[in-house]
Amino acid sequence: MDALSLIQILESGLRLSVPLIFACLAGLWSEKSGIVDIGLEGKMLMAAFAAAVAAFMTGHAWIGVFAGMAASTLLGLLHGFASISQRGNQIISGVALNMLAAGLTALLGHVIFKQGGRSPPLEGAARLPELAFGQSAMSFLAIAAALLTALALARTRFGLRVRAAGENPAAVDNAGVSVTRLRYGAVILAGLLCGLAGATLSLGQAAGFLPMMTSGKGFVALAALIFAKWRAWPAFWTCFLFGLLDAIAIRLQGVALPGIGAIPVQAIQALPYLFTIVLLAGFMGRAVPPRAAGQPYVKER
Amino acid sequence: MSAPVPLPAWADRLLMPLLALATAALAAALLLFGIGENPADALAIMLRGALGSGEGIGFTLYYATNFIFTGLAVALAYHAGLFNIGAEGQATMAGIGAALFIFAAEPITQGFLLIPIGIVGAMIFGAVWAAIPGWLQAWRGSHVVITTIMFNFLAAIVSVYLLVNVIGKEGSMQPETRLIADGAQLWTMQAMLGALGFKSPSTPLNFAFVLALLAAFAVWVLIFRSKFGFHLRLIGTGNDAARYAGINTQRMIVLAMALSGALAAGMAVNEVMGVQHRVVIEFTSGYGFVGIAVALMGRNHPVGVILSALLFGALYQGGTELAFERPAITRDLIVTLSGLVIFCVGALDQLYRKPLAQLLARREPG
Amino acid sequence: MRVHSDPGGTSPPAIVFDHIDKRFGAVHANRSIHLAIARGDIHALVGENGAGKSTLMSILFGFYQADSGRILIDGQESKITSPSDAIASGIGMVHQHFMLVEPMSVADNLMLGHEGGFALAGGRKALLAKLDALARDYDLTIEPDAIVSDLPVGLQQRVELLKSLVRDADILVLDEPTAVLTPGEADRLFALLRDLKARGKTIILITHKLREVMEIADRVSVLRQGACVGTYPIVDTNEAALAEAMIGRRVHMPERADTLADDEPLLTVEALCVRDARGGMAVKDVSLMVRPGEILGIAGVAGNGQTELLEALAGLRAATSGSIRFKNSDISHATPADLHALGIRHIPEDRLRYALAYPFAVWENCLIGADDEQGSLIARQTVMGDAARLMQAYDVRPADPLLRAGALSGGNQQKLVLGREIEQRPRLLLVGQPTRGVDIGAIAFIHRRLLDLRAQGVAILLVSVELDEILRLSDRILVMQEGRIAGERRAGETDERDLGLLMAGIA
Repeated sequence: MDALSLIQILESGLRLSVPLIFACLAGLWSEKSGIVDIGLEGKMLMAAFAAAVAAFMTGHAWIGVFAGMAASTLLGLLHGFASISQRGNQIISGVALNMLAAGLTALLGHVIFKQGGRSPPLEGAARLPELAFGQSAMSFLAIAAALLTALALARTRFGLRVRAAGENPAAVDNAGVSVTRLRYGAVILAGLLCGLAGATLSLGQAAGFLPMMTSGKGFVALAALIFAKWRAWPAFWTCFLFGLLDAIAIRLQGVALPGIGAIPVQAIQALPYLFTIVLLAGFMGRAVPPRAAGQPYVKER
Repeated sequence: MSAPVPLPAWADRLLMPLLALATAALAAALLLFGIGENPADALAIMLRGALGSGEGIGFTLYYATNFIFTGLAVALAYHAGLFNIGAEGQATMAGIGAALFIFAAEPITQGFLLIPIGIVGAMIFGAVWAAIPGWLQAWRGSHVVITTIMFNFLAAIVSVYLLVNVIGKEGSMQPETRLIADGAQLWTMQAMLGALGFKSPSTPLNFAFVLALLAAFAVWVLIFRSKFGFHLRLIGTGNDAARYAGINTQRMIVLAMALSGALAAGMAVNEVMGVQHRVVIEFTSGYGFVGIAVALMGRNHPVGVILSALLFGALYQGGTELAFERPAITRDLIVTLSGLVIFCVGALDQLYRKPLAQLLARREPG
Repeated sequence: MRVHSDPGGTSPPAIVFDHIDKRFGAVHANRSIHLAIARGDIHALVGENGAGKSTLMSILFGFYQADSGRILIDGQESKITSPSDAIASGIGMVHQHFMLVEPMSVADNLMLGHEGGFALAGGRKALLAKLDALARDYDLTIEPDAIVSDLPVGLQQRVELLKSLVRDADILVLDEPTAVLTPGEADRLFALLRDLKARGKTIILITHKLREVMEIADRVSVLRQGACVGTYPIVDTNEAALAEAMIGRRVHMPERADTLADDEPLLTVEALCVRDARGGMAVKDVSLMVRPGEILGIAGVAGNGQTELLEALAGLRAATSGSIRFKNSDISHATPADLHALGIRHIPEDRLRYALAYPFAVWENCLIGADDEQGSLIARQTVMGDAARLMQAYDVRPADPLLRAGALSGGNQQKLVLGREIEQRPRLLLVGQPTRGVDIGAIAFIHRRLLDLRAQGVAILLVSVELDEILRLSDRILVMQEGRIAGERRAGETDERDLGLLMAGIA
């Protein structure tokens, strides 16, 4: 493999990892604060849809991005309402919102575009332009988001409180800080980041919206979060690695490898899921989630 | 764990799901209104489509058959504290299993013996596809929620590969198998009623509906009357009482998942052996996910599962009619509605619980 | 020498609870409690489980709002609606279950909610200066970068106390602070409390150990069933009077008949080592044996390996090395089911986690670990009848087998577990903390039943952190300290002081 194609693979690997990075950081904020987020997938899908609609209507990609962030945050707030205010089951809420997003985007897509749920192809200013190294602004934003997340979690008041809320919310409450507000803050951040992830999909990587276009990326991001043991920089690198695998897989499609022959496309498609299963099974080290993640906070008597 | 506010049993089992359903329906009505449809008209069309004719009822019961099986699958695992989101993938693999077993047996027999062979094949494949995530949770500590989701994606990928490259119909561009032998096809309800002297319209409704009702009864006995079910529910409480009681919890988790997968396989039996008579790509059409809504709505009780499966069957059939009559609406409306129902029943449980408890307490002084 | 500041009572009290009343549904947790805490006093608050101490303190700290009544601080009515209000009013709380974020550093824990700005770096500097000052004033040094979960319990408690001190709290509330401490550590804590008092701090001490009250408090208030039944200067009262005020009646505790069995051991443990959940060695090289008709008591401060020892014996935790034998069979790797077959039963320390399923009806709870004679289908009517009889025989109230187990009080839950396990006709009974969270009436009942079993020739291994329980029931006593057996004593040849020294690892 020559240097040129190596650079191409790295470039396309970064490009492909951007939605994963945003979604993974979203999951990081949410789960660090104690709210398990199975709904990354649904938020991304909702954002991809809203971004495509807004960009199609206005012709401006960035208006699309903001619309995507708004839609995803709205869905996130629903999850927050169920998980924080109503102390509901966070996993069930996530599953429900994933289904809601899948149904709603397809239905509304059909109503708005009348093309079987997909949007018409986006062109020109309605798409995110390439800036440098084959990357759109989203790639640089993703790197910045990872940097800011790492800094904020480790070195700021908000980060300290979020981390504490995910480990021992009672201690936060006792220190006179509202667990509810902290968790809502984290959930909103997660919504905004998932919005960026979804907008990247429909305005950057594809030229428009397709039903179910996230195709499990939200769950791959969740797996990356677990593999990274809920830390910002490892999360970034894990997502980059997944993106690279994806890029390599695309390269290998239809190529007959010496001694092995052509690899069926399904085998390549299955890789991220198999990888996730192996990761989760702890064959590559144990991952311990934030202790209070998934449990609604109830004041003790 | 927050202790849920206690309610009288009738309110907990009947009123709470109905209130949640009403909330979901209200949201759906707003949605319909938002896309320029009259919700009342839509409801009328759905009701007429689902229940207004013998044909409509047949289709409603056919859909309900799928939901009873997937709903029971989710409910059984839920009693063991396992949230099985993988009914979709388990049914996909079960369809492949049914076809493989039937094709393998066809050279030996063409008779109705193929039916039990196909059912067993489906159950084995469904059970194994669910037991692996169960094993991973019991022995490796990976959460069954995430692994079953991953197994759904894997099942979809594997089934495409098999249908295209291995068991696909030769010379066909469609990813699907050839037809199964006549002997392997389940009797239609029309034929069964005809044999009894009743005339009925031609619908996909078939013997699998009877199997679904039998399965519901079996699950009820298993969970609420048997020692096995007691151990299952003890594990489901989430504390270590099961281990303390001397129960092999790891084995039970794998068994519970396997049973859950075998129940999900019923959906494949209905579709593959009862309706399509072959394996078609994506024949599961999201019925596995709707099973989550059915189970939650039915409070994970077999009777509740049957009732809510009938409701969702009517919604599906009515929704199909609606999509047919109103071009703006697709069946994705039903997926949306299922999501709303899961959200309201499963995650917003507390929303009505407290006010309801206060209201009921006020009515009974003392 | 005890310093009585403000003996004349000219300045207003630090805190006045002015007729505080609070209900939780049917439970009347605080009944118009009226009491004053003088500035500079160490004021003890005593009472049984459920007497209303915790509720009152939760109201003071802003977790709950009183239904009626006021709180006055320094004579001023103060509206405390959240912990931050309480902190602003100069109130600090040291909880029995520490409110610490274990995977974080000491400094992070101390700063939480008190960070001093958006970036942590600035606040950290101020914190370190403050810690230096506190280390000079009191004997209170701590490593700010240590991770809390790595610290021993005594130091974790110090962090919890420092949280209040770095916020300049004037009023400190300590909830059962000695429950997790050795007698020696408790002495050091009391010395610190006297130091704090000498510098003008007001201290409220919640405890059920009357000996401690007599040792350190200036005044004591007794709560019973939600009401304050009296406040006494310590010089005017004594332990017996306080005990009677707490209980409201005299309770006759059963006496142990002195017949020491001398048979072959039923249970023999040799050089047993067991790891705890974190992987640390919790039980180190423990050997012991129990004979039929004998109660072997295992004493020790909580967290010295007793829990892990009991779990290992009960087949719930794997032993790392060593052997466990029951008569002649090796049960080192036996499962709970194997142990049931041998007649070994277990009343666990943590009944919520192990022994009961709260959402299940009582009759179903009677089947937990006791359904061997059931066929594939459960004989519901028979089991319900048996459950009703069991509830009668073991005084479980209300005696309704259809009730959820979670709806029973702690004492009734424990009697249910006791009854279920005894009905299985054990030859060896493993018992952990049989009277934790249990009211005094039920304690006497449980003790009597255990002594009855002993008289019938059952071997009993009893783990308890309550020394009087150990002394009252045991034929022999082993003291565990840091995972090892620190010493063995025969009944009648030891007392609380002697055991306390062993527990502290001094003797």
